[in-house]
Amino acid sequence: MMTKNIRREDMSRAAIVHAILLTYTLVALYPIFLVIINAFKSRKGIFSAPMSLPNAETFSLEGFTKVLARSNFELFFFNSFTVTVVTIVIVLLLASMAAWALSEYKFPGNTWLALYLAVGIMVPIRLGSVSILNLIVELGLINTLTALILVYVAQGLPLAIFILTEFMHQIPKDLKEAARCDGVGEFKIFFAVILPLIRPAVATVAVFTMIPIWNDLWFPLILAPGDGKQTITLGIQQFIGQYVTDWNAVLASLSLAIIPILILYLIFSRQLIRGLTSGAVK
Amino acid sequence: MADLKLDQIRKSYGAVDVLHGIDLDVKDGEFVVFVGPSGCGKSTLLRIIAGLEDITGGDLMIGGDVVNTKSPRDRGIAMVFQSYALYPHMTVYKNMAFGLKLANHDKSAIDQRVREAARILQLDQLLDRRPSELSGGQRQRVAIGRAIVRQPKVFLFDEPLSNLDAALRVQTRIEIAKLHQELKSTIVYVTHDQVEAMTLADKIVVMNAGNVEQVGSPMQLYHHPQTRFVAGFIGSPAMNFTTVHIDAVEQGKVTVTVPGGAKAVLPFDVPANDVGKDVELGVRPEHLSLGENGDLSISGEVDVVEKLGDSTYLYLKLANGDRFTVRAPGHSRIKISETVNAAAEAGASHLFDANGKAYAKLECPAEYSADE
Repeated sequence: MMTKNIRREDMSRAAIVHAILLTYTLVALYPIFLVIINAFKSRKGIFSAPMSLPNAETFSLEGFTKVLARSNFELFFFNSFTVTVVTIVIVLLLASMAAWALSEYKFPGNTWLALYLAVGIMVPIRLGSVSILNLIVELGLINTLTALILVYVAQGLPLAIFILTEFMHQIPKDLKEAARCDGVGEFKIFFAVILPLIRPAVATVAVFTMIPIWNDLWFPLILAPGDGKQTITLGIQQFIGQYVTDWNAVLASLSLAIIPILILYLIFSRQLIRGLTSGAVK
Repeated sequence: MADLKLDQIRKSYGAVDVLHGIDLDVKDGEFVVFVGPSGCGKSTLLRIIAGLEDITGGDLMIGGDVVNTKSPRDRGIAMVFQSYALYPHMTVYKNMAFGLKLANHDKSAIDQRVREAARILQLDQLLDRRPSELSGGQRQRVAIGRAIVRQPKVFLFDEPLSNLDAALRVQTRIEIAKLHQELKSTIVYVTHDQVEAMTLADKIVVMNAGNVEQVGSPMQLYHHPQTRFVAGFIGSPAMNFTTVHIDAVEQGKVTVTVPGGAKAVLPFDVPANDVGKDVELGVRPEHLSLGENGDLSISGEVDVVEKLGDSTYLYLKLANGDRFTVRAPGHSRIKISETVNAAAEAGASHLFDANGKAYAKLECPAEYSADE
């Protein structure tokens, strides 16, 4: 009788938790759902019944054809993708190496350096937009993807270092010392022993880094607004006019923009799961 | 294979001295065990030999070369850790081959060495498994295999059996002993378990508070402990100690009064000016027998009785409150709160001065001596 009660209590608790999570998921997904259904409607359909699913009367691929025909959509995609992927690679490499140094080696100023890097998590990089713009102009990097990549690396590093340092602390000391006795050099210990072990953390950091970059409008707008260098979020702006907004095109391009980031996310999340199940040290 | 020499090795962490000048010679092919209570510095000493800790003072020589500042990988050592420290993302085979592969060894040579080590350790069937799919004993064998394939000059073991359950510990202990016979390699082994030390070692180094208390073969330490600490540490159950009063000294004999008032004449070389002092008498439980037949006789009230089947341990409370353990036959019918008399031969006793140093024993019957 007792156990039955406890089980029922557990069940109701689980139900409440799931209800909250489900609500949150719905709230988060509904706007995306709206964007996607409206992308497949005619202009008239969007305005007359924005909440309804496309039917035979309102269904139209008008937006997609317009986007693909009228703009450099592939180029915007390519720009966004390049910036995101290159940034992720650089952030992961630099952050994991910095985290390894901070967690493994004792040197003077270790704690201060870690704190200094952590401050970056709390100060939004956009506060420095003016000086960043000045700097980029002086470096002659205005209107280049390099400018965006540099800024995004700076933006992504603090949190990445913070998360990875915590994970590196969890790796047993014996494992590193065993590798040292085994004749493994420091670089090789890092790349062949440590990195594979913190793969779930690396995947987490990759996701954290990737999404704000892909969605960013601010820095592309001030640093690389020129022709041929726009990212996808900036490129879509051409359909938003002062007087007329081409909602078909905007919604269609937004729907398309979800796809690459979704693919990247799937790749990383699989790493995440694989990492967690790969068996721990005793 | 190589010999190992420690010359006045000191280690401090800031102002705290952990090791106070350790001297030790380990001959080629010798199995040396460092044993001592927690915090005595034995693991630190092993880590210094491995190169994982810096040396504060003194010299460390492996195979005649001073290796003080060399990194672990240039010392020709291999270490087995208590936590096994296997690479969790690699198979057993890769775990063993990893170090060799990085040292640019020929692929077929690596394969041969790994398979040979796997054969010795009976890991043949497990080469494709991950560490998470192995039992504790198997993991420890893989860790030993990883050491073997490196063909090191010196093997270092840091409490390798502490994470195993009792039955597996005995089995793995025997395997390590066999391994040493087969490889004839120099081994330094750290443990806090004196049974491991006694069964495995050619030479035991008993450490206490950063100092070496005594170095010797297991039987030397058992029969001729030089300090009270060694006497109490080696042997299970531990040696009994009680305070006795020195009455008289004559011609290599000393007369003492044991608690309860009985007198005993023991063969120790005690200086004449120690007469009248209180010193410490030690007798091992297995050297005591019930009854009055012995040079040394002591009585006490039975406090606790432990029946082990083959023998029975009686815990006596002596007249001065000290505890004495007596090993009685398994069929003993003695009950709690009986008063019994235990006796030992004079040659089985040990006598320690106020500083814990042993008085020289002048007469030692063969059964209480390490000489063969």
